[in-house]
Amino acid sequence: MTVGGSSHEGGRRAGRNKNGTALPAKLIFTISSSHDAPIGVQEQILAHVQKAGFSGREFFGIKLALEEALANAIQHGNRLDPAKRVHIEARIAPKKVEFLIEDEGPGFDRGCVPDPTADENLEKCSGRGILLIESYMSRVWWDRGGRRLRMIKERT
Amino acid sequence: MADNTPPVEVTQEKEIRVVEFTNSRILDEGNITDIGRTLNVLIDERSNPKLLLDFRTVEHLSSAALGMLINANNRIRQKNGQLRLANIKPQIMEVFEITKLNRLFRILPGRAEALASFAQ
Repeated sequence: MTVGGSSHEGGRRAGRNKNGTALPAKLIFTISSSHDAPIGVQEQILAHVQKAGFSGREFFGIKLALEEALANAIQHGNRLDPAKRVHIEARIAPKKVEFLIEDEGPGFDRGCVPDPTADENLEKCSGRGILLIESYMSRVWWDRGGRRLRMIKERT
Repeated sequence: MADNTPPVEVTQEKEIRVVEFTNSRILDEGNITDIGRTLNVLIDERSNPKLLLDFRTVEHLSSAALGMLINANNRIRQKNGQLRLANIKPQIMEVFEITKLNRLFRILPGRAEALASFAQ
């Protein structure tokens, strides 16, 4: 399987588990900054997440958080700049998944993102991705000036 | 989008436009843009538009999809129209609750209740 199609110059760099599904698994990808770039990568990561036993609401939340994090890195981090890449590392164990997602943008300050659930922001169209990531994952933090997101989901 | 299936199916119940999604994932940018465009046409085609979005088929969505729904809601309100959402699965409903958008939208359990809730 090609990672997300021929438009991804970076593609997978390393880390494929030799038998594809054994856990713990560590998957490393580099993708370009287009809207459809993460699709193949998400599918591969989520296949491992499912095999790790995550299902139902937990799987739904991991999937949503991963999609939102990648969309943020591509759109808000790299601003769809074709010269910039998003680096993804997924560590998947039976009771824990951990994602590191790093863009090449200017970074951001989490504290400066307005609360989308405040009455005055409810009708605004953006700002909900981070809220959903923080709601569904067990632990979430940013480092490297806000360019790298690290998020963990532990099975309950 | 990978195929040419229209992203929504539109039917009419009296003066109410009923919109059903044909893709279980209202997610990718292309799909969201297509849906938003179709909703805009339905909103703009008459004054006081009445739209019912039936989520029966929807298993997954994204924050970008929520943004598209908020846009549609704002546009409908500008035209003194009415928007209702119905048949939202529990997992999707939780997304509306987390984002508190269940306070912004009129959400009804089923299509019949939603149709009955439109003011004349």
